[in-house]
Amino acid sequence: MDMPAPKPEILSRKSELATRLRAVLAKDALIEAPEELKAYECDALTAYRCPPLLAVLPETTEEVSKVMAICHEMGVPVVPRGAGTSLAGGALPSEDAVILGVARLRDVVEINTSDRYIRVQTGMTNLAVTAAVEDEGFFYAPDPSSQLACAIAGNIAMNSGGAHCLKYGVTTNNLLGVTMVMADGEVVEIGGAEMDAGGLDILGLICGSEGQLGVVTEATLRILPKPEGARPVLFGFDSNEVAGACVADIIRSGLIPVAIEFMDRPIIRATEEFAGAGYPDCEALLIVEVEGSAQEINDQLARIIEIATRHNPVAIRESQSAEESTRIWLGRKSAFGAMGQRGDYICLDGTIPVGELPAVLKRISELGAEHGHMVGNVFHAGDGNMHPLILYNANEPGQLESAERLGAEILKLCVDAGGCLTGEHGVGVEKRELMTHQFRPADLEAQMAVKDVFDPKWILNPAKVFPLDVSASRRAEA
Amino acid sequence: MSILAKKKTAESESDLAEILRAGGSFVIEGGGTRRIGVTEGESLSTQGVSGVTLYEPGTLTLVAQAGTSVAEIDTLLASERQRLAFEAPDLRGLLGREGVSTLGGVVATNASGPRRVAMGACRDFCLGVRFIDGRGEVVKNGGRVMKNVTGLDLVKLMAGSHGTLGVMTEVSLKVQPLPETVVTLVVPGCEAADAIAILSQMLGQPYDLTGASWQNSEVLLRLEGFETSLRYRVERLKALLRHDVVEHWGNETCDPIWHGIRDVTAFHDRPGDVWSVSVKPSAAVELVDKVMPDDVMFDWGGNRIWLLTETGTDVRAKMTTGHATLIRASEETKQNLGVFHPQPAALARISAGLRQTFDPEGKFNRGMR
Repeated sequence: MDMPAPKPEILSRKSELATRLRAVLAKDALIEAPEELKAYECDALTAYRCPPLLAVLPETTEEVSKVMAICHEMGVPVVPRGAGTSLAGGALPSEDAVILGVARLRDVVEINTSDRYIRVQTGMTNLAVTAAVEDEGFFYAPDPSSQLACAIAGNIAMNSGGAHCLKYGVTTNNLLGVTMVMADGEVVEIGGAEMDAGGLDILGLICGSEGQLGVVTEATLRILPKPEGARPVLFGFDSNEVAGACVADIIRSGLIPVAIEFMDRPIIRATEEFAGAGYPDCEALLIVEVEGSAQEINDQLARIIEIATRHNPVAIRESQSAEESTRIWLGRKSAFGAMGQRGDYICLDGTIPVGELPAVLKRISELGAEHGHMVGNVFHAGDGNMHPLILYNANEPGQLESAERLGAEILKLCVDAGGCLTGEHGVGVEKRELMTHQFRPADLEAQMAVKDVFDPKWILNPAKVFPLDVSASRRAEA
Repeated sequence: MSILAKKKTAESESDLAEILRAGGSFVIEGGGTRRIGVTEGESLSTQGVSGVTLYEPGTLTLVAQAGTSVAEIDTLLASERQRLAFEAPDLRGLLGREGVSTLGGVVATNASGPRRVAMGACRDFCLGVRFIDGRGEVVKNGGRVMKNVTGLDLVKLMAGSHGTLGVMTEVSLKVQPLPETVVTLVVPGCEAADAIAILSQMLGQPYDLTGASWQNSEVLLRLEGFETSLRYRVERLKALLRHDVVEHWGNETCDPIWHGIRDVTAFHDRPGDVWSVSVKPSAAVELVDKVMPDDVMFDWGGNRIWLLTETGTDVRAKMTTGHATLIRASEETKQNLGVFHPQPAALARISAGLRQTFDPEGKFNRGMR
């Protein structure tokens, strides 16, 4: 993975930049000591690291605005950072970039349960948003796996999903308004507490824009009444194809499970060893969760079991208690940790049409064998959002590169099957060079032209999302 | 001022691109059933660019060309017991139009009915789009899968852009299975303030209301799903309501009620201007008191207010939050008051920048800005 060479004219003005930033920030909000900057050298895509020029942790929207104005005037790239949990390198700095972290913007601004929204500063974690409203019987629906740590800022930047988005949608379906600081420091309000923002859907454009268009400092989020209860059922199948067919039948039935999770044999084995959730030893496993009252849950699970039974499952385990539910989810939730025990891994998140699941899983397994890597699959099957985990050994020269080549093949396979490169993690630096496989030049040009409108100098998170050679002329002019 | 002198109908995407490259100023439309802006330019219809390109009931996905009629899509989906979840209003009765509503028109106006309160707007079901920009270049964005964060989301940007950024030629949509049955609860004798209180209380319950409206002093609540489940939820809601409640079960009785809300039937053939106002529910009553409309309806739990007002009433002058769209009025009133709500300067600048980017010569829907 390449990053553009840092601009010497920026590196040489580091002390001037630091002086100017210090003047507009609280006392300890500018980070310049090399040992402290190390904390910002990567996000959760840890294979790539680079300490930034400086890092700032503003405490107000006004401070963010002042930082942006200074960087804009001096032509310094700014890499916005939420909690640094991006798996795509969205918050990876360059040597000549300032990291702008929103970690100190953590306040709840307003809670309104009768109009069903909450307004927060975007450094708040995803789970803290739900925590702020759950005593009143509400929750915030998008639930990425990293929800304990990840910030709303990053959720908006990546349009995060989660296991329950089958029913509740992803961030863009739950975002009502934002305060955003533009590349030049201007502060804009987009949308509000209403269902509609009015005018062009700029909010829809901002969501998932990976820090390319602005820095979101406050957000108004839709909150929903907490369901009365939820309970999963687990099915084991003796082939991925049959499990895939079962998913399609459930989706078609008119039932709306809140989650349909899929795990294949490598993942089942790894999680059993790691967490001992008591999963059946089989080729493929589905966890289907439904919500409602006790009776509604019984009814829905009965219908789902009836559908699954037609596919001759080798195991059916209907949770009868909160404890059993926890055990069923235990393996799924520890899947990534379990694979981490077996080695280093790359986590992909290509999405495919649900009908293509069996064929794509088969081909992934073949590709893994060809490249000499074990690949496990654990993912949100209801919406076709795959998560192939490619195992490799970081200490063995060439292994990372080989795993990345396999990853690229798998993502191309997803696109060729009618899907896309990324369903919820974002493009970042990781999938940047693959964009030309999904988009024609005119498609990418249209997206870059949108960035031109918001960030004509290309200082916001440059060298991300778009292939380097495709964005080169724009970045050079900036 | 209406200058609808000529009408062009393209038969294909390449036809459209060629017409656009040749230059001119166009009113982009499908069947012209939901145009609300001032018409300025030569009519260019996408109705000939028609047909369903892909329909996979098992994956809840439909891809169709922009000129495909909504009726054709509805019929096809119904044959598999599916539907478009967002319940696009049919505005022909309200606007006094003839013609055929097309998918492109629905998406371009982000047309969303009562079910939006639970399920989301049209834009939330749009998975992908193809459009032609002002240079005649075909651009593709999104795809046909449910989750997709690959690159910037121009699908959302195109949805609801009223044809000002490009001419859509194809849209992919997420569709929805038909529920087993439907029930409507009618709470009679409610003034506006009672209505908002009831709607907010009901929407704060975990019973997945798919309709929450108020008209003619009646609060209307809709539930959809399996009958056993609905029986339970109805009992729960009734216990909370502490009002006399009338129940209507099944599509035969419920559909006319909700089509009426969706299409604003109560305002058909009545004189006056029609506004659609977007506010938070807690601001709804105050606004109604200030505007003193001839008639009023709440949808989306009070997030959307339909107002029938005396001709020339400036609803926006009475608003402190939210925004208002002038849906039906004379061309003169539209010119005087503006169809769309004015935006704050910074947002207006971004919007103008985007229009300049996609349509540098100002070919598209000048009267819809």
